[in-house]
Amino acid sequence: MAEALFSSKNQKILKDGMWDTNPITFQILGICSALAVTTQLKAAIIMSLGLTFVTAGSNVVISIIRNYIPPQIRIIVQLTVVSALVISIDQALRAYMFDVSKQLSVFVGLIITNCIVMGRLEAFAMGNPPWKSFLDGLANGVGYSAILIAIGAIREILGSGKLWGIPVIPELLYTQGYVNNGMMVLAPGAFFLLGIMVWIQRSISGYKENS
Amino acid sequence: MQFLEKQLKKVGQLFERGRPLEKFYPLYEAIDTFLLTPGKTATRAPFVHDAIDMKRVMIFVVIALIPCILMAIYNTGYQIELAKGMGHSFWGVVTIGLVKVIPIIVVTYLAGGFWEVLFAVTRRHEINEGFLVTGILYALTLPPTIPLWQVAVGISFGVVFGKEIFGGTGMNVFNPALVGRAFLFFAYPAQISGSTVWVVDGYSRATPLAVAAATPKGASVVQALQEAGYNFSNMFYGFIPGSIGETSTLACLIGLAFLLITRIASWRIVAGCVGGLLTMAGLFYLMQGPDRLSFFGLPPHWHLVMGGFAFGAVFMATDPVSASATNIGRWIYGFLIGLLSVLIRVVNPAYPEGVMLAILFMNAFAPLIDYFVVENHIKKRAKRQLR
Repeated sequence: MAEALFSSKNQKILKDGMWDTNPITFQILGICSALAVTTQLKAAIIMSLGLTFVTAGSNVVISIIRNYIPPQIRIIVQLTVVSALVISIDQALRAYMFDVSKQLSVFVGLIITNCIVMGRLEAFAMGNPPWKSFLDGLANGVGYSAILIAIGAIREILGSGKLWGIPVIPELLYTQGYVNNGMMVLAPGAFFLLGIMVWIQRSISGYKENS
Repeated sequence: MQFLEKQLKKVGQLFERGRPLEKFYPLYEAIDTFLLTPGKTATRAPFVHDAIDMKRVMIFVVIALIPCILMAIYNTGYQIELAKGMGHSFWGVVTIGLVKVIPIIVVTYLAGGFWEVLFAVTRRHEINEGFLVTGILYALTLPPTIPLWQVAVGISFGVVFGKEIFGGTGMNVFNPALVGRAFLFFAYPAQISGSTVWVVDGYSRATPLAVAAATPKGASVVQALQEAGYNFSNMFYGFIPGSIGETSTLACLIGLAFLLITRIASWRIVAGCVGGLLTMAGLFYLMQGPDRLSFFGLPPHWHLVMGGFAFGAVFMATDPVSASATNIGRWIYGFLIGLLSVLIRVVNPAYPEGVMLAILFMNAFAPLIDYFVVENHIKKRAKRQLR
């Protein structure tokens, strides 16, 4: 039985990953990178693209071979696939965007340990066909990206008065005594923003504890 | 008084269920019970009748703060006059102090009150006098030269993240006033401590703690302080630069006496703080030597009157919500606050004063201390039972 590419079930997979079970605000995964690479919008976007690529890609690959993976060694198989993707991204960044690569430093490599990637592989790709797994990986990547980019933008504006490296806070404000918020450049600032994001997302999506 | 009561009742009808202003009932209720004795009686058990409810407790703390507030106004004016080098008449000094201090307090209450009312209205909670205390405590811990927009940002953070996200009054893990101050401390460090604070017309004066921390190795701290114009008595009375309300140890002691007589503050916490401070400062004093920080050589009792220690120990550490609740726990909690304050003050060059961080840190541990005290008690009782 052929299922339409965007049947209502598949739409739900997309919506779940992006909103209802958003990896950051609902599953509270991937917090480490959300704190580390969000001081600037640019870094946050590159990181988001990288993670979305890896989650979607590894989900597809693992889903294709899921029936041939012996359960005892499935983690190491998953890791091999994920590392292959992560290394190719890392090399691509180094070749074409060296500055960004330096700025993201170890965090590109650390996508491999990002709980979202492994979480989706274990929870979804191991039991679903490739197309669904691709949608799931994509949706979770996009959900992660949305939060990351929002935090990156807010932190860059409040912390250094810029957006994408361009000053956005008018000079007039500074002469009137406005000062950049030093906490937004530090990890605690990201923590508070993350908390606010979780708060907002959960009150809109109607999340209830233990429901 | 009767006229007031009648008018309030009349207005109050508008806030009843089903009336146009129903949503703002908490606001009306707050004003009503603030001005008059609550007319409502409990409809369900327990029917405990006590004159000292939360509202009275909070008002007593505000009363205890009056010496500090008065001193804050006078000393702020005095320091500014001193910096400008003008002759100071009493009323001139008070006027200048009022002009500096009142805007800070007003902005604190407006910004903090906005969040307080917003959360009370959406959650249908009561608004209580706890906010009066938080607001004034927060305002008194700021330097007088702080920009007013930062005052508003700090108290907003303190009220929302220090109190409301935990569920409001009585549920907060940390002291909301200190959370607000800590936010400013890390977000805008240049405006809250360091060399640009207390600049009046280009004239700046280092606080005693800054002088003590900057004393070169091998020199005497006491001498350095005295050369900068500080001695034990003027630090005790509080005629020194610092955060507006914290300078006078004497004013804090008067407040402490009031809080102890009315049995609102725990004497164990305050005694613990003093004990911890003297212990740590005493240890440093014994360890002093030519190759150590000269701050080590400060006599322990001088630590008591410097910086915000007295203010923090009397008004912040004793906050019944965020402090330990068992008697032994209170000793430990207070003792560690005193100890950490001196440790941060003396050894950490990045933070001139350690009281704020020490109290916040111990706030986090207060429940754990209580847990072990209670567990220990249970164990002892169980052993006695077996014999």
